[in-house]
Amino acid sequence: MSTLAANAPGATGGGLADVAASEATLRRFLHGLPGVDQVGLESRAATLGTRSIKTTAKAFAIDLAISMIDLTTLEGADTVGKVRSLCAKGLSPDPTDRTAPHVAAICVYPDMVATAKDALRGSDIQVASVATAFPSGRAGMPVKLADTAEAVAAGADEIDMVIDRGAFLSGRYLEVFEEIRAVKEACRRADGSSAHLKVIFETGELQTYDNVRRASWLAMIAGADFIKTSTGKVAVNATPPVTLLMLEAVRDFRAATGTQVGVKPAGGIRTTKDAMKYLVMVNETLGDDWLSPHWFRFGASSLLNDLLMQRQKLRTGRYSGPDYVTVD
Amino acid sequence: MSETAMRIEVFKTYKLYVGGKFPRSESGRVYEVTDAKGQWLANAPLGTRKDARDAVVAARAAVKGWSGTTAYNRGQVLYRVAEMLQGRREQFTAEVAAAEGLGAKKAAALVDAAIDRWVWYAGWTDKVAQIAGGANPVAGPFFNLSTPEPTGVVGVVAPRAGHGFSLLGLVSVIAPAIATGNTVVVAAAEQAPLPALSLGEVLATSDVPGGVVNLISGRTADIAPTLASHQDVNALDLAGAIDPEGPGAAAALEAAAADTLKRVVRPAADPSAADWTASPGTGRLLSFLETKTVWHPMGI
Repeated sequence: MSTLAANAPGATGGGLADVAASEATLRRFLHGLPGVDQVGLESRAATLGTRSIKTTAKAFAIDLAISMIDLTTLEGADTVGKVRSLCAKGLSPDPTDRTAPHVAAICVYPDMVATAKDALRGSDIQVASVATAFPSGRAGMPVKLADTAEAVAAGADEIDMVIDRGAFLSGRYLEVFEEIRAVKEACRRADGSSAHLKVIFETGELQTYDNVRRASWLAMIAGADFIKTSTGKVAVNATPPVTLLMLEAVRDFRAATGTQVGVKPAGGIRTTKDAMKYLVMVNETLGDDWLSPHWFRFGASSLLNDLLMQRQKLRTGRYSGPDYVTVD
Repeated sequence: MSETAMRIEVFKTYKLYVGGKFPRSESGRVYEVTDAKGQWLANAPLGTRKDARDAVVAARAAVKGWSGTTAYNRGQVLYRVAEMLQGRREQFTAEVAAAEGLGAKKAAALVDAAIDRWVWYAGWTDKVAQIAGGANPVAGPFFNLSTPEPTGVVGVVAPRAGHGFSLLGLVSVIAPAIATGNTVVVAAAEQAPLPALSLGEVLATSDVPGGVVNLISGRTADIAPTLASHQDVNALDLAGAIDPEGPGAAAALEAAAADTLKRVVRPAADPSAADWTASPGTGRLLSFLETKTVWHPMGI
């Protein structure tokens, strides 16, 4: 069932262009979205987490999950060497088994984009860069746009921006909308093509599920290519219910507008079992159309090692250990 | 009807001991445990390969903390286990008597011996470095010092035969491994797991950090091969691997362990003739150690 409210302005004809005509229309639209059934959402997410996935299906899911990873290093202590070794790991995650797929992207801070781009030359792994004063988003617009433009100029294929949660929580939706629009504009390259824009909500700071639904629609209307749960820098990161809610939002958005938007849960996904739960949710909510690295990503770093250990277990029949994957 | 006639006895649900918690088996299954005469005693959880895997994860996580404690502190913790065991002497006497088909007097003597064995190994924690390490004479201006360090995660196949195997034998394989800073995953004796599962309750209340000792009951032929082939287990004590053939046989386990270069302690030549009350010696204590040698310039 579509969550698009019947009374939402602009819902007819699939056009949502006039929704953001003014602060008032945008607010009316976002607050016109139906409320989230918290109990239902959480129990649905919990039920989908109980599926048992074994043998060949598990092998498929592990390889799919590896190919969906945005392998991430976002530390103050990042060095050129660390980014290079992370890129090498992304290219060939399991040096003892060349059949392991490579990851989808390497996610770094803007100043490391050139390094990553250089290390990944010749491969089709994307370089994603966080931008807009990540992770807090507390900077002036010119700084955020310059941050984005610098990353794009350095060769970033994807930009992970954070929204201004302060503005969103105070109800200044149009400000957030304009911000996403402006960053989207800054993603444009000289040759006319454009870097993919992922919009991070930091759902752990949005307080309610209703706010997550509103933020999802706001970002999609503003032109996000991907919506992403979290920065990984706060206490509450991606959770199954929040991700399920965002998956429903992109499903309904496509039904309303015909535009497909990707989803990226990030932070706190550490085990193969967790990853499987998310893949089950994607398949059950969105189907095959989203089961590819183009439309679904995991923002993670330690998840990859657990996937590789499980992969080795399936191949050899014996449990692997941390001594048999790279340290990072 | 009198009140005493109404009383229904409360049975104990035996559970695994993994990572300081008492989970049921991941399989959700149990199996019947009988005494030496075939009378039903209790249902024990039927631990699986996955339980063993989870236990190894818990044991690995505990290595850093446990091996990092001072030897003196480890000795105190082991002594505390003896104290707690003393307090539950009656319960263990009954369990050992049922498991091994002994009279109460003989069983009580075995429990006392088990308590004493904890004390004995508690004393060894800060002395083992003196017999397994020391200063080496070298032809140069260097101090050359060897110190023993724990191997890491030790998989233990608990004794399944011999006088006193069910508790004293179990303590005699767990205590030497953890005294030196290792952590263990124990496949409890398949036919007599109750003293082992109750020992978990003692360990949980005696300052032994969660994950240092993990106890899994179930089919030895399932659990032991999982531990033997697991790439994150560093050593194996095969005391109870007494099947003549099949996946739980000592030779098969040793072959699986060889793939990952584990240290292996073989079972006794004639396990059923073993007497666990005999002085244990330092053999097991010294089996799960790695020697670190440092050279340090002298003078200047």
